Parts: sequence; structure tokens; C-alpha cells
Amino acid sequence: MPSALINVPPKAKRGDIIEIKTLMSHTMESGFRRTSAGELVPRDIITSFTCRYNGTEIFRADFFPAIAANPFLSFFTVAKESGKFEFEWIGDNGFASTASASIRVE
Amino acid sequence: MSPFRAIAAAALLAAAASLSAGELPQEQRRSGYSFMGPDSRAMQDDDTSNPGMLFVLDGEALWNKKTGHAEKACADCHGDGRESMKGVAVRYPAFDKALGRPVTIEQRINLERTRHQEAPPLAYESRDLLALAAFVVNQSRGMPIIAGDDPELKPFVEKGRELFMQRQGQLNLACANCHDANWDKRLAGSPVTQAHPTGYPIYRLEWQSLGSLERRLRSCITGVRAQAYEYGAPELVDLELYLMSRARGMKLEAPAVRP
Amino acid sequence: MHRNPPTRRTFLGLAGSAAVAGVVPIVTLRPSDATPAMLASAIRNVVGEAPVRAGKVKLEIPPLVENGNTVPMTVSVASPMTANEYVKSIHVFNEKNPQPNMGNFYIGPWAGRAQISTRIRLADTQKVVAIARLSDDTFWSASADIIVTLAACTEEVN
Repeated sequence: MPSALINVPPKAKRGDIIEIKTLMSHTMESGFRRTSAGELVPRDIITSFTCRYNGTEIFRADFFPAIAANPFLSFFTVAKESGKFEFEWIGDNGFASTASASIRVE
Repeated sequence: MSPFRAIAAAALLAAAASLSAGELPQEQRRSGYSFMGPDSRAMQDDDTSNPGMLFVLDGEALWNKKTGHAEKACADCHGDGRESMKGVAVRYPAFDKALGRPVTIEQRINLERTRHQEAPPLAYESRDLLALAAFVVNQSRGMPIIAGDDPELKPFVEKGRELFMQRQGQLNLACANCHDANWDKRLAGSPVTQAHPTGYPIYRLEWQSLGSLERRLRSCITGVRAQAYEYGAPELVDLELYLMSRARGMKLEAPAVRP
Repeated sequence: MHRNPPTRRTFLGLAGSAAVAGVVPIVTLRPSDATPAMLASAIRNVVGEAPVRAGKVKLEIPPLVENGNTVPMTVSVASPMTANEYVKSIHVFNEKNPQPNMGNFYIGPWAGRAQISTRIRLADTQKVVAIARLSDDTFWSASADIIVTLAACTEEVN
């Protein structure tokens, strides 16, 4: 599984708005570059990202080649219950990667 | 500008490259970090937003992976890298007795592979070599650089210094012309830094990847339209040794983010 | 506007030979001319015939980027984010990259704050547009003009 860095506060109070940051390892080859021989380097990007909070989708993103390599995302959610965040990245050429993080909500 | 003034300016610039007083006094020394904008600094400051840390993670996995005919992992001899590698990178490039000359961290990793793991050396700038180097160097983050202290390194530091001062390429520029004499001015919109390699291997936004100091040096040498030395060439190692000893006392901050 | 716009193949062929003729072989190609019409049409794909009003959206990008390959960007929308009044999605577009879309981000009242950050690539000095769709299906936008310079020294291709 390619490396991912996730930043989720380990605990929060019910109702707090928390920030979730994710960083995934991926070259995000745009498909517009050419080698010095003139050949097009084919596109190979992550196309979508989903975050689920205890099974419910709370965030989704569509990525295009204009998203920089090693894509970084930050978004927010309201901490409502203890449990797990699950992250999924899907991309070209069958790319699929997941990660998760737990949170304790009091 | 009158011809006389043009000649005088050219002579001054020519003289500047050979001044040994071009070495920066301690109080004036600034890391490349200080030349960046707030967004790039924020990228470096947070370990979960610094893409260089992805390579450190990969490097830690490689550290623990058995490899080579000897079926040994780095951890088998060196234990937990997070402990045993503390303080190592700050004294690199270091003298290797068998070779009789300094080697970089990347070269040291490959020497360990061939000498002890019976594994083939990793290609320069390959992902695995960069990841291992990033992991090792990261363990010394925050510590002051002490490279070049070893008396056996003195002739190589001196060779590196000569390379730093020597004009080269179609643009006929020495490293010192920009990095000693004109730092904090701008080159095509980007600030000229003092060229202290405190953050290597760096995640360079231009590369969209981690890369070594040798890659950056080759890029600069190509930039002045000179033929870049091959990876691992003694000139590049001597130059890296000189640059690290010129940065002595500054804190290591690898893996840094740089534009 | 060109009478006969060069086809992508023609343009890339010319640019490729120019690169070879030049001193340094370039890997990253200057983009073919994405036009304001492409940007407008990409926006229409998201928005349909609905009007897009300026306001409520804040687009934060450094006005002079350190490097066009990785540009930090934050989009935030002023909204109470309650069950009745929230932001459904945020869409970001550009003017001069080869493609006008950059990213679509889908949130809801559970987000608490309508704000996303990511890092984008900008091929040239250009305008970036962020459009938010609210829960009442109205669209609001903000745009920013960004200056992008090329890196001072290019590398030889490894």
C-alpha cells in the first residue's frame, strides 16, 4: 500500500468542528508531459477520494490532472461520536489505496 | 553604462569570486527556509503535510526489510533506526577508510548494501535510495551540522571550496558569484539563497518529488551551461562536503520543502 | 482568436521540435491554448443555465506562486452549515491549463465548516475560479489572478 499521512485529532468534544488532513503518495502524472524523445507520458492520476465516518460518507473529491503530485487534502467535519474515519483513494490503472484513523469523542 | 564602468564592474565581479572573505559570518547565515514564502514554510513545518515525510515512511519500511544474499535488514545490525541513526547525518559526508575519501549518505547506504547485505547498490536518485536516505537523515533533524571536522577530510573540503569558487560554463559563473555575493537578490522571480544544504534530501516543488543535493547541484551546473558531473562523482561529493562544512553550526531540517 | 486553431497534434509537434532545437531538452510541455471558452463550458457543465453570482466564496492562493507545480490553495464559503442552509459542493476551474477542471469537492451540513485546502498545478499566469453550490441550488463564485514564473534553471532530463 503506498504511504499515506493522515492527521486526525485523536480526541475531540462532541460538536467540535475538526480538521482532517490527508497526504497520499502518488506522482499524479498529468498525461500532458512528453519525454525528450517526444513520446507522451500517459496519464496516471488519482481520480477520486472518499472519507467515511463510521460508515457514512462525509467527504468526496474528484481529482483532475491539475492536482499536484502527492495530493494533499484538508477538510472539516463535526465530531459527533467515537469511531473510525476511513479514507479511500481510487485512480487510473486500477489504483486503490485505503487508510483509517480513530477518534474518541466525549 | 560607459565602457570604463562596464570594465570596472566586470573586474569587480571577477575579483569577487576569488575572495576568501566571501565566506559568510555566522550571524548572517540563513537557511533556505527563511527565503521561502509562508505557504511553503507551512508545508515543511507540518509532518503530515510535508510530502518529504512520505519518503521517510517508505524509508523506515525499507530499513526493516530483509534484502540481499545475506538476507539482512538494516535493522538486523543497526537496530531501531530512530535511535541508532541519531547524529549520523550531521557529520556527513564522512571519511571512509577503505576508499580513502569522503562519501555521502547515499554512498554510505550503498556501501553497506554491497559490503554487509550482499545486495546490489541502489541507483542514484532511485525512490528506494532516496527513501532510505530521507529516513536516516530525518533522525538528525534539529541537530547542528558538524560535517568536515575530521582532519582527514581537510584536503577534500579544500577541493570542494575550490569548486565553489571556480567559474564554469557558458555563463562563466561560480557558485560564489550568486550564493556568496548576491544572496537575497532574485533570479527570475525566485530569491537566491545562501546555498546551505541544511534540508537535504529535499522535497522540491519543481521536481514534485524528493531529491538529493547532487541532483540540485547538477541542475545548477546545467543552469550555468556547464557539463554536470555524473552522480557520485568525486567533484560532487567534495562540493557537498564543502557546503556542509560551510553550514557548520546550522540545524539540520531534513526533509525540507523547497520551491 | 485563431481562424484555424492549431490542432493539439500540430501544436505539440511544433513545440517538440522547438524543444529539441533549443539548448535544453524540456520534458514539461507548455500547454496548448486552453481558451476562456473551454473555461466557460466547463463551468456550464456544473452550473447548467443557473446564474453564478460573485460573493460568499473566498479563494486563497498566493498571488505570486513559488512554483507552479505545487500551489497551495484554500477555498472557503461563508455559510452557517445548518441542515437548512449549507454548501453542497465546491468546484475549482482554471483558465490556461490544458484542462479547465481542477477539482470538485462534495460536503454537507455535517462538515461544520465549508472549507477545503489542496495543492494545484498552474501551467502559466492565469485566473483561477472557485464556484460553490449551496443547498438552495444557487451558485456563488470567487476568482483570483495568479502570477506563475518558471523555475530559474531547468534540468537535463535524467
